[in-house]
Amino acid sequence: MDGDAGGMTVTKADNQARADAAYIAQLIQPHQVHRDVYTSQTVFDLEMQHLFTNVWVFVGHDSQTPKHGDYFTTQIGTQPVIQVRHSDGQIKVLHNRCPHKGTKIAIDRTGNTGTFFRCPYHAWSFETDGALKAVPLDRGYENTGFRTTANAGGIKPVGSVHTHRGFVFARLAETGISFDDFFQDSLSSLDNMVDRSPEGQLEIAGPPLRYMHKCNWKMLVENQTDTCHPMVAHQSSAGTAVRIWEELGNPEPKPAAMQIIAPFMSPYEFFEDMGIRTWPNGHGHTGVSHSIHSDYSAIPGYFEAMSAAYGEARAKDILDENRHNTIYFPNIMVKGPIQQLRNFIPLGPDKTLVESYIYRLVGAPDELLARTAMYNRMINAPTSIVGHDDLEMYERAQEGLLSDGLEWVNLQRLFPGTAEDFSTETVENGTTERQMRNQFDAWKTFMTTSMPDRKDGKR
Amino acid sequence: MTDFTNSQIIDFIYAEARMLDEGRYDEWLALWLEDGHYWMPLDYQQDDPHLTTSLMYEDMFMLKLRVRRLNGARTYSQKPKSRCSHVIQRPFIDLLDNTAGLYQTNTSMHYVETRLDDQILLALTATHDLKRVDGKLRIANKRVDLLNCDAAFGNIQLLP
Repeated sequence: MDGDAGGMTVTKADNQARADAAYIAQLIQPHQVHRDVYTSQTVFDLEMQHLFTNVWVFVGHDSQTPKHGDYFTTQIGTQPVIQVRHSDGQIKVLHNRCPHKGTKIAIDRTGNTGTFFRCPYHAWSFETDGALKAVPLDRGYENTGFRTTANAGGIKPVGSVHTHRGFVFARLAETGISFDDFFQDSLSSLDNMVDRSPEGQLEIAGPPLRYMHKCNWKMLVENQTDTCHPMVAHQSSAGTAVRIWEELGNPEPKPAAMQIIAPFMSPYEFFEDMGIRTWPNGHGHTGVSHSIHSDYSAIPGYFEAMSAAYGEARAKDILDENRHNTIYFPNIMVKGPIQQLRNFIPLGPDKTLVESYIYRLVGAPDELLARTAMYNRMINAPTSIVGHDDLEMYERAQEGLLSDGLEWVNLQRLFPGTAEDFSTETVENGTTERQMRNQFDAWKTFMTTSMPDRKDGKR
Repeated sequence: MTDFTNSQIIDFIYAEARMLDEGRYDEWLALWLEDGHYWMPLDYQQDDPHLTTSLMYEDMFMLKLRVRRLNGARTYSQKPKSRCSHVIQRPFIDLLDNTAGLYQTNTSMHYVETRLDDQILLALTATHDLKRVDGKLRIANKRVDLLNCDAAFGNIQLLP
């Protein structure tokens, strides 16, 4: 067991941890994954203990907490955390637990705590970086040894916090891979989204959609780069939209709703040609050369504002990038061209909360934000005719995987036949399942980083 | 010019809810004026449908698409189909202006939607803006405020 200042960290017996590592390594093969990765409570618990602890996980946007004392409550994996603006202007991410009895310090989704946090149970108070400020009647703790405990340190901060162009990420573990080593060049998608503001700045635009899915979180992440499902699963919505429009005589210009939904019916060749790029550590994106976001109509005044800010050539470069869905492993997806972020929050092996955020391009015309808000409600809402069919597929898969007919899930589309190298950036045919394989390669790596006797030889 | 009574306006609101419950969508769409919007806010007391996300803000094209999809051959999330039931409280008539032909109602409802073994219950307040056109009542706009609009939902597939 590891000791710390006055407290103890309880760890599993080494033989159990070795068994965990051996089990995890068996679940992932180069071309297929075992169904346990989606259905097993044991795997889910190991994901929370290892994967979501070892990697950098999205927390929020700094515009959600602009002023000192502003906070926002969320989760990293199943861990409740608070994002808060400290007195020095920095964003802090704290475990949402009073060091005394465990009471959550904040339960509303957003708020302002003033200059300090105060636990509603016994009025212990804390600075906005978590440091213990005062305990009422504190002579009761004199000569008790309390001052040497970890609890006396206050609300515990997460291991590390990094803000990249307004986006706040945290690593729960005290030590581990650095932010830059984890994300590398994949940050270009976030950068492009922010560069689309003439002022290089995004601002949160209202609360997120919150959509509950009775399926494993990884199904949602995989679906973001699954380019062989839109024309099938979404035929009922996008196909019907195209048909109604034909019946009206294909009037031009198409309204924004048609511009958003019709490209879902693009043929396989469109998606093959658009390309998929993979980066190390499980990150990747669809839409290398073009995407379903490429043909939105120009908004008057926007290119002029971008040209004034960046020069015409640079403005054109920024806007010519039309990446579709970028996965930041493990559990967010970003759509740069329309300033959206979807957070796939794991709640259980068969329960995932999807929060879909939109952002305003500071300095850009409002029409862009109106289109972004329209996309969000049309595609990502619990009331969305597109979302309905996606959720139907996930939930059917979650139930179907309980079948003992087969144990393995196939990820073999455009698999080269032998184990792939994911350590360098690669661009391939836009219908490949390589990005899904990339995610599972990273999954295995970061699941076992903190386990002894790793079986994949990467230690 | 037709003057509408309280009772006629209330009957209209009840009849609309029945059309939705019985899936008589062609009749339901015919109640609407061409430039109407069905708005379901995401945020409590939300005042803007455009620059922040809503659950729904749908024009006639989107509403036609929505109801046409429900009966599609490859609408997998409607195989099997959902069913719904509105239990409505007597509408308040907040505006009755027979001179201008403008009316507004405020109606509390309990909405139940079911499919397979799942059933959800939503409490909501519907605000109808009605207009007299050619002697008939038509829906100019409808706003549906879910009591728990900020909660996490699974699929809501029909029209609350």
